[in-house]
Amino acid sequence: MIGIVYYGAGNIFSLTAALDRLGLQYGMIKTAEDFEQYDRYIIPGVGHAGSAMQKLNDTGLVPSILALKKPVLGICVGMQLLTLHSEEGDSKLTGIIPLETKLFSDELQVKVPHTGWNKVFRTVESPLFNEIPQGSHFYFVHSYFIEFNSTFTIALAEYGIKFSAVIQKDNFYGVQFHPEKSGLAGEQLLKNFAHLA
Amino acid sequence: MDNPVLNYKNSDLTASVNDLAKRIIPCLDVKDGRTVKGVNFVALRDAGDPVELAYQYSNQGADELVFLDITATHERRKTMVELVRSVARQVNIPFTIGGGINEIADADILLNSGADKISINSAAVRNPGFIDELALAFGKQFVVVAIDTKHINGKNYVHLNGGRIATEIETEDWIKEAEARGAGEILLTSMDHDGTKAGFDNTLLKKVNDTMTIPLIASGGAGTIQHFVDCFKISNADAALAASVFHYGEILIPDLKKVLKENNIEVRL
Repeated sequence: MIGIVYYGAGNIFSLTAALDRLGLQYGMIKTAEDFEQYDRYIIPGVGHAGSAMQKLNDTGLVPSILALKKPVLGICVGMQLLTLHSEEGDSKLTGIIPLETKLFSDELQVKVPHTGWNKVFRTVESPLFNEIPQGSHFYFVHSYFIEFNSTFTIALAEYGIKFSAVIQKDNFYGVQFHPEKSGLAGEQLLKNFAHLA
Repeated sequence: MDNPVLNYKNSDLTASVNDLAKRIIPCLDVKDGRTVKGVNFVALRDAGDPVELAYQYSNQGADELVFLDITATHERRKTMVELVRSVARQVNIPFTIGGGINEIADADILLNSGADKISINSAAVRNPGFIDELALAFGKQFVVVAIDTKHINGKNYVHLNGGRIATEIETEDWIKEAEARGAGEILLTSMDHDGTKAGFDNTLLKKVNDTMTIPLIASGGAGTIQHFVDCFKISNADAALAASVFHYGEILIPDLKKVLKENNIEVRL
């Protein structure tokens, strides 16, 4: 059963609606004790990474998150929170995965926010990608991205620069796109996460 | 399955933008919980249940949906919230909701009901600071500024209230201001082309798109599949929106995407 870290950063209605459609059970995590009830976790998030981190810090849940040994999936800003630092508001983040979150700069000559369906290519095999064809489109909407890294990037996307579409370190996963809004491919990824060993 | 892994890891990290698909967006005008389409914004015809239509469009391969409540200013917010919740429960693609959003509280409740973006039009022209407020509260990616534009004596002017009220604001100037204030996307409807089925206003779309730094959704004039091809080829807009050609089955989205792909336009299939 999936525990959703409930910290007030953004709309989780769409996420829970997707889990409902897929018949995946979930509950909300509001206190440190709540983690024990679940065997995997989602950290959602939209909006400003700095204010999201502030809200997460305010819940007091960060030490419990850092100690998790079961699968964790950060979505969009929830993924960025796993990194060390974001250029958005020059914000210090959890640092679970030693990467930087950066702005799509003017020199890349792309429109920002990166909005729409972008091809995603896995760079390693992972059960998270079961039944998802290489090069499937996922729905992105973000102005900041996580740099490509040959150790922690497990799927990449190209938009003026190659960046991390999916990152992983041990049991911590992050996806920059919104699987709950990414059609059948996104639903498959959520199912895969729900069944990760 | 092909595996481009090794190519990527050692290659230059500068990349193209061609992996971002052009979006096809059916627009559903909603009144009293039912879908309608204004022909030149005047005559209304009932084309069905918006939630049912939304579900069908997502299954057909629509990339996104836009719902515009054309009478929202005279109706209660509650109807739209129910619609947004029903759509969010049933569809797995993003959608935008517009019509009668005048304050932060309107946007807040719609976003918390599952809308991905909100679209503002007249309210933004009357109070441009509203764009800044929304961007600050929710992030610019949530804020679509919709603009109805019309050619008058060689210039393009912003029109309000579904096109009924002319302003002295030039469309190109308003786009720049909206961008600067924090719009995340522009939905530009040519009133001269809307309802004509004679094609998009590609000249205007190209002109504005060439200097834009945020995505542009083209709207107004779609009648044939070729019109979408022309729109993307000429203007390079990020998305194209249409209503009646989709609602009445004149263009099926899978057929449209197939032709776009044959024309080397990146689409999600």
